[in-house]
Amino acid sequence: MAKPKLALYWAASCGGCEIAVLDIEVKILDVANAFDLVFWPCAMDFKYADVEAMPDKSIDVCLFNGGIRNSENAHIAKLLRQKSKVLVAFGSCAQEGGIPGLANLTTKEEIFKTVFQETPSTTNSNGALPQPRTKVPEGEIEIPIFHDQLQTLDQVVPVDYYIPGCPPQSTLVWAVIELIIQGKPLPPPGSVVGAGDKTCCDECPRTRKEKKIKKFYRPHEIIPDPNQCLLDQGIICMGPATRSGCGALCIIANVPCRGCYGCPPNVTDQGAKMLSALSSVIDTQDPAEMEQIIETIADPVGTFYRFSLAHSTLQRARV
Amino acid sequence: MSFEPRIVGFLCNWCSYTGADLAGVSRLKSPPNIRIIRTMCSGRVDPTFILKAFDLGADGVLVGGCHPGDCHYSEGNYKTMRRMIMLKPFLRAFGIDERRVRLEWISASEGDKFARVTTEFTETVRSLGPLNWRRPKQPDEALLHATAPASTALV
Repeated sequence: MAKPKLALYWAASCGGCEIAVLDIEVKILDVANAFDLVFWPCAMDFKYADVEAMPDKSIDVCLFNGGIRNSENAHIAKLLRQKSKVLVAFGSCAQEGGIPGLANLTTKEEIFKTVFQETPSTTNSNGALPQPRTKVPEGEIEIPIFHDQLQTLDQVVPVDYYIPGCPPQSTLVWAVIELIIQGKPLPPPGSVVGAGDKTCCDECPRTRKEKKIKKFYRPHEIIPDPNQCLLDQGIICMGPATRSGCGALCIIANVPCRGCYGCPPNVTDQGAKMLSALSSVIDTQDPAEMEQIIETIADPVGTFYRFSLAHSTLQRARV
Repeated sequence: MSFEPRIVGFLCNWCSYTGADLAGVSRLKSPPNIRIIRTMCSGRVDPTFILKAFDLGADGVLVGGCHPGDCHYSEGNYKTMRRMIMLKPFLRAFGIDERRVRLEWISASEGDKFARVTTEFTETVRSLGPLNWRRPKQPDEALLHATAPASTALV
């Protein structure tokens, strides 16, 4: 029997998801044994033309990481959807936009201005900006068109499964791959796989008391008690509004949860849920004091929506 | 056609909803722009509901609860008060004018206040104009679904 075909692709992402795949260590050899790797630009030399030449639905599983930031990302997303039986949004960026999705709070013009003109180390005296097509003596060159909004994979093409995390935990990645290798029945399409169905707090080993917060601290402003709930201590921890699965890794390292596993089950807007949860534990009934305490939260929007802005209810700012 | 604001009103069962009812039975005049959703407590109004209302086409959202100290569940309305304060930076970040969300304490006996608040709020939202969150794609966004040039050029 021919081996099932596996493809991996990275769109607008940092490459951490690729590392997460390699983090299954020697089991990567089992992956290579069990699958025919037909497309993995990060690790091996493939051309887009190779994928275009494949028959439709000939790839059995495609793990797609990264959001859709430009026309190249969108093109490959559509191409891989067409060629794959099972398309998996792999990691925070593909699932909910991730860190690049925070750029949806601004516009393409502002991003270009910052990146190509305003950063202190940029020298761009004639204010050149990327152009999709440029004439050079040798002919015309093309680069992908930068979109105005970062989209998640499922905002561009239908997605079968989601594996959350920034990056997904390698043990959970392996569990999913193993499921496929062993030919076990797959969960219903649209499922989040390789994660839990509770919140991060459920996996947290710390002791929780009734939360009554008078002031929020940034992690560098306080030395947290390693045994007590970080939120109890006034450190913003995204645990209550984040899906379980990672094993509370950050929290065990005395660092608050950043929310990378995305929305818990039945939640559509992680930021709004966090807002709701935090509002409940602020310990005052005086409006002026409420304002004062809430002001001690640095960048609430960026913090609560750190990984999920592009997939939230409002998706982007209208400027 | 002139613009008629679409306002979603989340009113608590025990005070504001009854206040709205009183405004009705007292035949007080108030604009018909508000669509009321009854919740058991203003503390039930998750910020998700407000964002979703905007996403689905609301131009304004009114949240009505019992006066502080009068909550049927003792402190649900204080939770709402804190949420509304925290929601403001979110609205600003997304580019939604804060005046599109209004929190009011309306007791069961304040039918007149309900009529006044809805009238004022409708006029505020009218002056802000339509929010139209899911407005038609802008010219630049037409590029969103454009396919890339031939793949050979990209490799």
